[in-house]
Amino acid sequence: MTDLPTDLTRATAADLADALASKTISSVEVTQAHLDRIAAVDGQVHSYLHVDTEGALAQAQAVDERRHSGESLGALAGVPIAVKDVMTTRGVPTTCGSRILEGWIPPYDATVVTKLREAGLPILGKTNMDEFAMGSSTEHSAYGPSHNPWDLDRIPGGSGGGSSSVLASFQAPLATGTDTGGSIRQPAAVTATVGTKPTYGGVSRYGLVALASSLDQAGPCGRTVLDTALLHAVMGGHDPMDSTSIDAPVPPVVEAARAADVRGMRIGVVKELGGEGYQPGVRARFDESVALLEELGAEVVEVSCPNFEYALAAYYLILPSEASSNLAKFDAMRYGLRVLPEGVDAPSAEQVMAATRDAGFGAEVKRRIILGTYALSSGYYDAYYGSAQKVRALIAQDFDAAYSTVDVLVSPTAPTTAFKLGDKLEDPMAMYLNDIATIPANLAGVPGMSIPSGLADEDGLPAGIQILAPAMKDERLYSVGAALEKALVDRWGGPILDRAPSLGGAAAAKGA
Amino acid sequence: MSTATADAVMDYDEAMGKFDPVMGLEVHVELHTATKMFCGCPTEFGAEPNSQVCPVCLGLPGALPVVNEKAVESAIRIGLALNCEIAEWCRFARKNYFYPDMPKNFQTSQYDEPIAFEGYLDVELEDGSTYRVEIERAHMEEDTGKSLHIGGATGRIHGADHSLVDYNRAGIPLIEIVTKPMVGAGERAPEVAKAYVSALRDLLRALDVSDVKMEQGSMRCDANVSLRPRVGAPLDEAQLAVPLGTRTETKNVNSLRSVERAVRYEISRHAAILDGGGSILQETRHWHEDTGITTSGRVKSDAEDYRYFPEPDLVPVAPTRETVEALRGTLPEPPGLRRKRLQSDWGYSDLEMRDVVNAGAVELIEETVAAGASAAAARKWWLGEPSRRANAEGQDIVSYAAGLGLTPAHIAELDGLVAAGRLNDSMARQVLDGVLAGEGTPTAVADARGLELVQDDGALEAAVDKVIDANPDVAAKIRDGKVTAAGALIGQVMKEMKGQADAGKARELILAKLQ
Repeated sequence: MTDLPTDLTRATAADLADALASKTISSVEVTQAHLDRIAAVDGQVHSYLHVDTEGALAQAQAVDERRHSGESLGALAGVPIAVKDVMTTRGVPTTCGSRILEGWIPPYDATVVTKLREAGLPILGKTNMDEFAMGSSTEHSAYGPSHNPWDLDRIPGGSGGGSSSVLASFQAPLATGTDTGGSIRQPAAVTATVGTKPTYGGVSRYGLVALASSLDQAGPCGRTVLDTALLHAVMGGHDPMDSTSIDAPVPPVVEAARAADVRGMRIGVVKELGGEGYQPGVRARFDESVALLEELGAEVVEVSCPNFEYALAAYYLILPSEASSNLAKFDAMRYGLRVLPEGVDAPSAEQVMAATRDAGFGAEVKRRIILGTYALSSGYYDAYYGSAQKVRALIAQDFDAAYSTVDVLVSPTAPTTAFKLGDKLEDPMAMYLNDIATIPANLAGVPGMSIPSGLADEDGLPAGIQILAPAMKDERLYSVGAALEKALVDRWGGPILDRAPSLGGAAAAKGA
Repeated sequence: MSTATADAVMDYDEAMGKFDPVMGLEVHVELHTATKMFCGCPTEFGAEPNSQVCPVCLGLPGALPVVNEKAVESAIRIGLALNCEIAEWCRFARKNYFYPDMPKNFQTSQYDEPIAFEGYLDVELEDGSTYRVEIERAHMEEDTGKSLHIGGATGRIHGADHSLVDYNRAGIPLIEIVTKPMVGAGERAPEVAKAYVSALRDLLRALDVSDVKMEQGSMRCDANVSLRPRVGAPLDEAQLAVPLGTRTETKNVNSLRSVERAVRYEISRHAAILDGGGSILQETRHWHEDTGITTSGRVKSDAEDYRYFPEPDLVPVAPTRETVEALRGTLPEPPGLRRKRLQSDWGYSDLEMRDVVNAGAVELIEETVAAGASAAAARKWWLGEPSRRANAEGQDIVSYAAGLGLTPAHIAELDGLVAAGRLNDSMARQVLDGVLAGEGTPTAVADARGLELVQDDGALEAAVDKVIDANPDVAAKIRDGKVTAAGALIGQVMKEMKGQADAGKARELILAKLQ
């Protein structure tokens, strides 16, 4: 067994799980170590919107007791986790980064959260995100942005920047994410962490506050491929509460991550993802990774997906359309914020709805609601929503064609490393372009993963490589990801995150 | 109470001389599945407000719908019973609009891919002729919650102090059945409308898919009416070629009688406007049961855009042809045919059959006959006291009888007691009263009350002799051949016997002694 580091927050989830299983450490100890770390560094990083100290410790104690009573527990029992604030948690605030849900305490758990609880993972708290998962930087959170632990002046990616920065600053060994156009993968790329968007339907959406129902997919986030696989196995599987959930066993992701074998695999480099607009350092690390995969025994070919160039345009019709309808429920009638219009005597329900939505939604949310409302309007539906669905079908065809010749596809995850906070806030198109490589997978429903590929030469910041696989072949992501990770870590002489600033937290000092 | 001033209306016959009416009916039916359309909440009517709700039907953030398979089956059966095509593949769609009683601010419905389409229902009119109503579609959707507006004069949202919403109804499965434009009915349009809704109600009841209680809102009707100039007889080609006029949609017309009245009223109102050179505003109208008029509701315009799109949270419904055929096998005999068969089996006149149908007693009589009663007796007993009392209570006979524990077996038993000569008619009535009062089965009531015809001929003969002796004048008339005078003596014999005699036998004895 691997020796645990003195500072438990630096350990992998897999190592913590082993130590917990052998009763070397207790879940209360591990959970407390992370709560201390949060207290020490979250003031700088702002990863959490809510820390549930009491709840986490109570769950940790409960799982310790279950273990001591001899109960057989799941692989990650006792390992604490951070949950993206888009998933409902019974009795714990859930805001989705929006004012409009300020103070809402859900009466029910998302299926993913239920699975985490049943598997014995203490929930440390809820992580920050762009409002209703609309954004690539967390700057659209109504509660202020999270910061990238590699450079606190930079974005941690989005919308799941809370979860990615939690991992990169060692405030939790695991986190959940949701990925509608890249919200798991792009934050992973810019923080040198790992994140998987499973096959659409592979993880239940029940209790996930919907952004775009046909694109949203919950998935696991970790610092290593194996940790991410272990969490994937806990989160995944059929849910009768979600009609779009796939009724099939979770693909053998943990086995694939442990085997870490790419020999004989055919890997396609997507021609359309990686040219113009991609930062040279990102491109260089990607090329090295591809070369490494070849050295590991994979066969690498170039593959063309000609319709990917229309993906962004189609995405920005489908997403706002669905979002405009999904977000209609926030009307001040039953829960969340209620704002009365100023200067109106005895306002009508309609006036209260309008005033609340005006005050409760941020600019980006309003922008997309307006876009979607317009795109679905009678007379425009066919030209916008209808055409976008056709593009979607074409992109799925591109994937099908590609997968008839290769086992997986690869590309850089995001075109650039983390940009500075504020840099793209006034330019929505520039922000949207950050997801150009990740969006096709959401449109086609296929799984994708991002793992660190190294640091870009020009700015020393993390870059990520994206691996894409056919639907329900999620295990291939882990085969390739784990093999590449192993080779890269050997080359680097240790995990890339060891090179991130320590943030000088008190917890780190205490652990040393 | 409506405060609105009544519009001008034209005399109906005059209107019919000038205009040709066209109707379209939209009927919403709540299915009586045990659970809601997209969640596991119960659907019972009348529960404590907001006690039958969950994250799904309250539209809480994150909740997702799952289709009730039983509701899909019911929808398919309704479609088949309406002679519709059943879609091989169809989707739900979101109908987006804001209203506080709709938790998600969109209704999960169907749009351009209904589960059933292109059907018809043949409707029998009072004169025995048949009108074929073409069905455009039947689709699945969910009901909304129910708003209760407190304060204000009208009970409508306008002018209310505040509103309460009960979400128990939110998510109850609904089937919306939409007709094609109903043309060619001419002056019989109101009758056709009523007959259609009535036939639809019978059909849905026979399918056992809904309570079809219009007064409780489990069946609701919206009536579209438009007029076009009359150029010939209703079915003349020239008449059918005249373009349709602007329609109004009268909402929530919730009794059979109101359907007829509302259509008739709208025809007269449109006629008055058109005849005066005005034009009809395309709008929804509210029906006022008390005053028998409609008033203006919402103006429909192009601005009303529901932004329909396929519901991404649900997968398509794709019933296999085997499933559809299996469901076709579960369809009941069409109510019209069934009625004709039963009328002939029972030997009822048209009038008698209509009374039975109107009383809602067809099934009761069928079961009573099956339990051994004669058809004539079954009709006589059910349409007598029980029917009268149910009417007085404002209930239908089936639920009234069920509430009192009166069963077809009871009526058959009662008929058996009469046929066996144990009870006469008046005693049988008393026994029925006892059964209705909860005193037990007819036999038990007869026993307890000591009701039994005296079978002892000696006692009867003694009473007859006594009455003849006491009424020599009457006896003389009978001897002279005035047989009708026997009635007076029979009455006295019955009195003498305290009602427990067989009147027929008494008559025979009197006549035998005096002729």
